[in-house]
Amino acid sequence: MQIPLILQFVNLLASLLLLLVFAMLAQRRILSLINLFAWQGGILALSTFIVAYSTDQHHLYYSAGLTLVLKVLLLPWLLHRLVRKLKIRWEVETLINIPTTMLAGIALVIFSFNLAAPIAELAQGITRGLIGIALACVLISLLMMLTRRKAVTQVVAFLSLENSLFFAATSATQGMPLIVEFGIALDVLVATFIFGIFFFQIRETFDSLDIAHMEKLKDDNA
Amino acid sequence: MRNPDQILAIVFQLTQLLLVVLAAPMLTGWVNLCQAWLQNRTGAGVMQPYRALNKLFHKDAVIADNASWLFRITPYIVFGCMWLAAAIIPIIAVDLPFSRAADVIALVGVFALARMFIALAAMDIGTSFGSMGARREMLVSFLAEPALLMVLFTASLISQSTQLTHIVETFAHHEFVLYPSLAFASVAFVMVLLAENARIPVDNPSTHLELTMIHEAMILEYSARHLALIEWAASLKLFAYISIGIALFLPHGIVGVGNWSGLPLAVGLLLAKMMLAGAGLAVLEAMMAKMRIFRAPEFLGTAFLLAVLGLLIHFLLGA
Repeated sequence: MQIPLILQFVNLLASLLLLLVFAMLAQRRILSLINLFAWQGGILALSTFIVAYSTDQHHLYYSAGLTLVLKVLLLPWLLHRLVRKLKIRWEVETLINIPTTMLAGIALVIFSFNLAAPIAELAQGITRGLIGIALACVLISLLMMLTRRKAVTQVVAFLSLENSLFFAATSATQGMPLIVEFGIALDVLVATFIFGIFFFQIRETFDSLDIAHMEKLKDDNA
Repeated sequence: MRNPDQILAIVFQLTQLLLVVLAAPMLTGWVNLCQAWLQNRTGAGVMQPYRALNKLFHKDAVIADNASWLFRITPYIVFGCMWLAAAIIPIIAVDLPFSRAADVIALVGVFALARMFIALAAMDIGTSFGSMGARREMLVSFLAEPALLMVLFTASLISQSTQLTHIVETFAHHEFVLYPSLAFASVAFVMVLLAENARIPVDNPSTHLELTMIHEAMILEYSARHLALIEWAASLKLFAYISIGIALFLPHGIVGVGNWSGLPLAVGLLLAKMMLAGAGLAVLEAMMAKMRIFRAPEFLGTAFLLAVLGLLIHFLLGA
């Protein structure tokens, strides 16, 4: 019954990841949101490092280092710069109010824990309880993308979604091949750059980053 | 009937009772001192609450003409409830005679009893401030209570008992295990502690601005010894809450009854933990701004959800 201390630590980090996703869901300020994203990256890097150490897989060390550089330092820095350039420091606007969003988040957690329970019983991996948590993080990140109105917060939610998927990969299957991880990391980096360009385009066209403006068709005056 | 063990247990119980009631104002003084330091002030020293209490006890009490007996007995009931709560919680030793009298759910009930009386007394005088404060207090506390219960249930599920003594024994005297669910529970508990003890994001204990005060609005009509008892009870409540926090999340060092050799260490560790918790509380308050009153339900709703998440994590990971 008793699991080794190092895996208890991974479990703790997984819970912290879920806690951070909830904190992001509840966050109203865009700069704090980016800082929380950086913390999420940090926990992800630490948990990858620990899984690498406990399973003795060397390529996971590289992916932990990659996570640290990309998701803790580079992406938050890029996002901070974007926010500064776009001069958007005001509060994040949500479509649904935050307590309701949190309740929906809890419902998603219950759903994904139930969904993951049979999978976890099939898997004989040491970190099987983590699939449910990773799934919950993925769904909550999706919820965050749905309920936020501003493009920047949606991008942060997208990046958090990628973090959760990465966590699921490292914890459940001991990581993907290194070349795949490099590819994904590059994709995320490029995506952030492209999103940045998109932000400027959206703002130039609509004078706002509110994506609700994009739902209107041009000659939809009736 | 009266064997030495029982007498020893009673001695330990009395020691804890005296220690708590005498040390509680010092904790408040320490928190205030830390706050003063953080605000670049010199501060009044940790003994300032004792001086304030001494001053209040030597004044003549002024009571409104239309005050009923409820108003007069409330300070004694509130003080008694808080002292009783401090007697139930294992602060220096587990398995005290009083701890068998009530589990954590009853403990929450004791806090609720004190709160009910102080709210009734606030409305008894009939001033608008009193009833406003009472209503606000009820708004905050009815949201804080379920969150606190959920935190306690998480700990109870892990230790298979709602007795604080068993909870402490499970966490302190067994093999070291990391409980991820307790990470959630501790965050929720800190939020409840801030709300229930009228600390900064929800209420400001040092303000008398009518738009924002909650706790102070309820006790505006009290003076002299009544006010002193209520202030002392507020210190005891803070002490009791931090003690619950220590019992749940950092219980190492609490001794068993009759363990004289462990007692100095237990008291020393308690002192260190209390100083740490008080300083942490001051830092937390310095970092946050007071919320609008209508944001308080959201704050406490978050605390409740975190506590529920802790429970869910417990069921998923079994830890």
